[in-house]
Amino acid sequence: MESHAQSEAQTGQSRRKLIIERPNGLLDIDWSELWEYRELLYTLVEREIKIRYKQTAIGASWVLLQPLIAMLIFTAIFGRMAKMPSDGIWYPAFILTALLPWGYFSQAITRSAASLVGSANLVTKVYFPRILLPLSMIVSPLIDFALSLLLLFGLLLYAGIPLTWKVLTLPLFVLVAMLTAMGVGLILSTANVKYRDVGHAIPFLIQIWMFLSPIVYPVSLVPEQYRLLYGLNPMAGVIEGFRWALLGKAAPDPVVMGASIVVFLGVLIGGLAYFKKMERDFADVI
Amino acid sequence: MREIAVQVDNLSKMYRIGARKQRYVTLRERIAAKVTSLFGCQEVAGATNTMWALKDVSFGVKQGEVVGIIGRNGAGKSTLLKLLSRITAPTHGRIEINGRVSSLLEVGTGFSAELTGRENVYLNGTILGMKRAEVTRKFDEIVAFAGVEQFIDTPVKRYSSGMYLRLAFAVAAHLQPEILIVDEVLAVGDADFQKKCLGKMEGVADQGRTIFFVSHNMHAITRLCKRVIYLEDGQLRLDGSPHDVVKTYLHSGLGTMAIREWLDPVKAPKSDVARLWAVRVKAEDGQCTDNIDIRKPVGIEIEYEVLKPGCKFRGAIDVCNDEGVLLFIALEQDPEWRNRVRPPGRYRSTAWIPGNYLAEGTMIVNVAIDTVEPYEWQFKVRQAVAFHVTDTTDGDSARGDYAGEFPGLVRPLLKWDTLFGADSGR
Repeated sequence: MESHAQSEAQTGQSRRKLIIERPNGLLDIDWSELWEYRELLYTLVEREIKIRYKQTAIGASWVLLQPLIAMLIFTAIFGRMAKMPSDGIWYPAFILTALLPWGYFSQAITRSAASLVGSANLVTKVYFPRILLPLSMIVSPLIDFALSLLLLFGLLLYAGIPLTWKVLTLPLFVLVAMLTAMGVGLILSTANVKYRDVGHAIPFLIQIWMFLSPIVYPVSLVPEQYRLLYGLNPMAGVIEGFRWALLGKAAPDPVVMGASIVVFLGVLIGGLAYFKKMERDFADVI
Repeated sequence: MREIAVQVDNLSKMYRIGARKQRYVTLRERIAAKVTSLFGCQEVAGATNTMWALKDVSFGVKQGEVVGIIGRNGAGKSTLLKLLSRITAPTHGRIEINGRVSSLLEVGTGFSAELTGRENVYLNGTILGMKRAEVTRKFDEIVAFAGVEQFIDTPVKRYSSGMYLRLAFAVAAHLQPEILIVDEVLAVGDADFQKKCLGKMEGVADQGRTIFFVSHNMHAITRLCKRVIYLEDGQLRLDGSPHDVVKTYLHSGLGTMAIREWLDPVKAPKSDVARLWAVRVKAEDGQCTDNIDIRKPVGIEIEYEVLKPGCKFRGAIDVCNDEGVLLFIALEQDPEWRNRVRPPGRYRSTAWIPGNYLAEGTMIVNVAIDTVEPYEWQFKVRQAVAFHVTDTTDGDSARGDYAGEFPGLVRPLLKWDTLFGADSGR
């Protein structure tokens, strides 16, 4: 639902004038309203993080345990048994560098896709910018991700791989992962409101997407003529970026990076437009 | 002159009935529907039955007005609240709002069972539109209002339902919006707490805030509101002073709820031994009415015809409240007809429920006819008639001068003996 709000300062207190009518703008996002609701975003993220580890025995240790175990298994199967090439990089470091951004991405998508339906009681009972629900699920796995980075840095230290200035570019790649997840999460959460099929499809989607991303194998394994097509997956660019920044691998293929950027912008804008279009009917359909 | 707080113009909201019935459609159904429509089957168009939950409603509310919204179930009250609080968008028309709005359509929206009372106060407060600093400032007051000080760091899933509701309401009660939208939330908690909440609401109203208040409790409506809007079938039926509007509302069911007649023998409830002609609700003076003063007796009249000779008959009624709780069953007990075979023909039996016996609210009457010796159940008509019992503020009913919520299935006026100095008298 759109609302055109003009804030007028009035005796120190801001008084909003609000017009509610049938909305028509496609990408008409009320940024000042979002800013006003920033504390709710904080609260929703806080709720998600607190609930996630309530009544668990080892609590937040799961954040480190999950990638650690995944790394060991992937190293055993793909590194040792399948003898997967890793561009000369020690396989555990090679795989963990990809598993962490991927883990963030898949969590962000899974959680945000379920965010609107999971908070149906909020959507039907109180107003706030609906976008905060998927957004909060894009933000909250970042905390897990930041913690698991400690594991990665520990491993790099153990392997004697030095950190360089390139590590400072990491936030950029994280941002691309976030915004891509945001676009995909907006589309899936919106579709989920009407079609609960989404809930069934997501595990497959994540699995297939994982094999289409250079996680267990290097991009160099992809035939040259398919690189552009391959780069349409923004996560390919993100993971290549991570390996470049942390493992001193060659700079990411500019074709792959360029395609990734175009696609993630498209997904993000498309997701926003679809979300805004459907948003007005959420409470009636959910 | 006071500024307009809310201006509603030609507000309409349409629902697709199909979409409302099914909780959600699957992609497969959608695709299947598309494919069938491609091949020229027009079934899809038939599926879009529409219904206007609200149609061309217009009104203006000035700052500081306390407006009650009444109407029967499905009249559009909830839809209006949802539109005012921006939960759903109108199909046509517009609303202009001046000021910060908070809506309370449910107590405890967003409460998470796993979180502690403290965490939920922050969560619920910010969801309802408070700033965190504001919650911090009012925190002690909220907890004291709810009376859950010792349990504030316990997960709310360990709370009793009473504690949970009190805490949830306490957060809501401390909202300070310029415009407050409240749906029937006062119907929670024990009587003491409800009284406290009603008091808090009055306090809010006194501070010059604009309030929209939906309730089925006519007493709370007349007490809190200075103006009442009556919705019927999605349209604004009446807008005016609480006294007039509530009176019209209570009388609007006359002839439909208080009387049921079956002139057509095909449609009448019957068996081969008896047939029902009519059921009526009567006041003391014999007039049919569906609005009964709590102090006065009310008569339920059953008119039936005995078709077959040689049977012993018994009419029966049972009375339920509007929550469907069975209050009592009454079997026809006229000594004159006890154990007597009834000759065929028309009968009219009236059961008189004494005054000062039923509680306030809507009463629903089911009617049945039995034959006895051997006992045989002939037919039963569910929800044959209904009537409203209204309590008074004159002070001579069971509630005396107490004006708050007054729960209980029945409301008998008991004989009280109060002795002074009873201790020394022994």
